[in-house]
Amino acid sequence: MIKKPQLNNKPVKPDNSNLIPIANFENVILGRQRVREMMNSLGFSLLDQTRIVTAVSELARNIVVHAGGCGEMIISAIEKNNKKGIECIFKDQGKGIADVNMALQKGFSTSNSLGLGLSGAKNLCQEFEINSVVGKGTQVTIREWVKR
Amino acid sequence: MYEEVTILKIGDSIVVPIQVELHDSSAKTLQENILQKIERFGSQGLIIDVSAVLIIDSFLGRVLIDTASMAKLMGAETVVVGMRKEVVLTLLHLGLTMKNLHTALNIEDGFSLLNRLTSSISGNLLGVSHDKKATT
Repeated sequence: MIKKPQLNNKPVKPDNSNLIPIANFENVILGRQRVREMMNSLGFSLLDQTRIVTAVSELARNIVVHAGGCGEMIISAIEKNNKKGIECIFKDQGKGIADVNMALQKGFSTSNSLGLGLSGAKNLCQEFEINSVVGKGTQVTIREWVKR
Repeated sequence: MYEEVTILKIGDSIVVPIQVELHDSSAKTLQENILQKIERFGSQGLIIDVSAVLIIDSFLGRVLIDTASMAKLMGAETVVVGMRKEVVLTLLHLGLTMKNLHTALNIEDGFSLLNRLTSSISGNLLGVSHDKKATT
């Protein structure tokens, strides 16, 4: 009899790091789920999870909509001063943002959307960094620490 | 790939319980399917149950708002029911107030709100004044 492959026979992922290519909207969903799983295991509250996963959704969508799906997100569990946290880096090779401050304003949009994505994501997380080079791409990093 | 969302016809209304995680294109497909059903059944009310939706981001929020205004143009009132408290808090952080959207705590409340909304419309046409609660 042929032995069924074991269900938990998945290749072992690096403990605290996860890279997800973001090429389409389904990848965005996958990214959201991974972040939720990791936050859950780190002990974040349901509200924190909802807040951060929403920010992740906005930032990952930006890669699909504005960078044509040429990008990726990297999720890591982080630690500082005995505090646990999660870090998500969104990297794309899109056309970059000419005026980052303008792009961060509520209601600014180049895609006929509500213009709440980037500004909203910034409001939703504790730490938010953005670097963009026109013609090269954009990198957004968000960090959230477990409250005690 | 679109995971089918069930659209139920109940009396003059249709009820849409969203049970799957929708991405952008599946949310758009659902919007079209809802409008098709309203057209086919001549529905006067639309209830969208989001109690199983874990997150509403700016895109899905906008799809909900747009669907309600489209349904309105087709003669149907929309009530979004069952929004989770975490989702509500996040929407406010995001800056999405959804002030033009009718909402209710659950499907039952949604139906009674729909009844008031649709009866106040026919009441207004007949020149009858109804209680003020029906407006929002």
